[in-house]
Amino acid sequence: MESHATKIGLGVWTALVVAFLWIPLVIIALYAFNASPIQSWPITSWSTKWFGVAWHDDFLRSSLRLSIEVGLAATAIALVLGTMASFAIQRFAFFGRDSISFLLLLPIALPGIITGMALNSFFSFAGVAFSIWTIVIGHATFCVVVVYNNVLARLRRTSPSLVEASMDLGADGWQTFRYVTWPTLSTALVAGGLLAFALSFDEVIVTTFTAGAQTTLPIFILDNLRQGQQLPVVNVVAFAIILFTVIPVWVSQRLTVGGETAAGGRVTAVATQTE
Amino acid sequence: MAVDAAREAGSFRGARLRLSSVLWRRPWLKLVVLLVPPVAAFVAVYAASLGAMLVSSFWTSDSFTAAIVHTWTLDQYRAIFSLSDPTYLRIAGRTIGMAAAVTVTDAILAFPLAFFMAKIAGRRTRSLLFVMVLLPLWSSYLVRIYSWTTILSKSGPLNWFLNGLGLPDAQLQFTNKAMWIVFSYVWLPFMILPIYAALERIPGSLLEASRDLGARGSRTFRSVILPLAFPGVVAGSIFTFSLTLGDYITPLLVGGPGSSLIGNIVSEQSASNLTFAAAYAMVPVGVMALYIALARRLGAFEAL
Repeated sequence: MESHATKIGLGVWTALVVAFLWIPLVIIALYAFNASPIQSWPITSWSTKWFGVAWHDDFLRSSLRLSIEVGLAATAIALVLGTMASFAIQRFAFFGRDSISFLLLLPIALPGIITGMALNSFFSFAGVAFSIWTIVIGHATFCVVVVYNNVLARLRRTSPSLVEASMDLGADGWQTFRYVTWPTLSTALVAGGLLAFALSFDEVIVTTFTAGAQTTLPIFILDNLRQGQQLPVVNVVAFAIILFTVIPVWVSQRLTVGGETAAGGRVTAVATQTE
Repeated sequence: MAVDAAREAGSFRGARLRLSSVLWRRPWLKLVVLLVPPVAAFVAVYAASLGAMLVSSFWTSDSFTAAIVHTWTLDQYRAIFSLSDPTYLRIAGRTIGMAAAVTVTDAILAFPLAFFMAKIAGRRTRSLLFVMVLLPLWSSYLVRIYSWTTILSKSGPLNWFLNGLGLPDAQLQFTNKAMWIVFSYVWLPFMILPIYAALERIPGSLLEASRDLGARGSRTFRSVILPLAFPGVVAGSIFTFSLTLGDYITPLLVGGPGSSLIGNIVSEQSASNLTFAAAYAMVPVGVMALYIALARRLGAFEAL
């Protein structure tokens, strides 16, 4: 269909766009090894000393700990609610089904500032003081959809007749869940959970609207960037974050059948909903 | 002892069996058990939050204490849509213009790449490209913006590269152009993936049929590929548009003094003047509602 020249042209364009996507990540990774505290290019002397400085920074450690705690709590909530919702939506037909799946999707389809501002109004309206729990609630609202989507995609691929067969063979509900449903779902849950954690770990905007004095890792980075402080430490953190967000995505990609639906979860959420 | 334990285990299993047959015979009960917790949580927190924001936008804040005064008023909306002081209209216009520019840029960057991925690349190259697009999408958004602040800075890699070619400094730091570049960069994967998904679904036989009927490459593109891929472009544009409308980190870190977007105002005012911030946050909600309605009108959702 396409001429040879068109193919080459498209290939070159693809290579350039991929380079555009990756060069900034590579540059920030290189800056993590810059010995000088001043950010200028090209880097003249190399060192790993900032890794040690970052490691011993207590404030950094406490914000990392908070981020992990929030991520785990939000992921746990998302796993429970997302799985329940996906079973209800996929295995039953009922009035208002589409509205419910639309409601679950909204937090990720609307800009973060709206979710943030809405929760902020709600907490101030209800007189709830900001704490780690308000952050967790904020993160859980948009993490649910990631789990929901992953489990939904998996349920679509598994036939409900498996469950019927298990019941016909005399298993009770728990045994069916333990030996039939769980094995088919477990990898989708792990993938969904990892992605939900990654999403929470990276979230800035919703956090700024739902946190009081608490500092998560992204807030730590943002504060330092705004004040232009501790940039060498920020470089190290940035490098580490790139590494640690790449791993869950890689794993979840491997765990999912037709992985495209899963790890693109953020994107395909809208696409699959509107089918 | 042993008999007791067996009977106990038996009755436990009996209870379990009874429970599962109750649930099996009454599927609606199972549905209620599954559906109530997530829906109740979403309605009680998320829908209630959106409601609280909407209600707050019709109240007003005391300018000294920042306390919310519960009297109904359109003051906040009057301030936003004021023609005598068009500050907020101008900022909304800048935000929407930026969102549109970013959307168009991303569509242009993404389409050829998505096409190459879906229709030209072999299996291995395709899955490699898929991961190459996916990883930046999931790697920290803040880090990716930060990286551009270093790239665009005066003694950064970009100027080093330009000077190496004998060109003058780019002077992009803290400008709207920088914002445009960074937005286009961070949202690009959100455009690539839906277009790729749409293109992948076009059967190769359609393209062959078009060629057999005598269409050249450009005609096939215009009459076959583009109409079929268009829903993917619209789906991607919903992301790029919506994410730009609601961002305030990019203007904060790479924008200049005149770069405030809706998000910056909402974030700045949320502590001191919550009712105004709530009203201003309704602007992107309204814009997105219009945008999605338009996309639906264009048939973007039916074909997905």
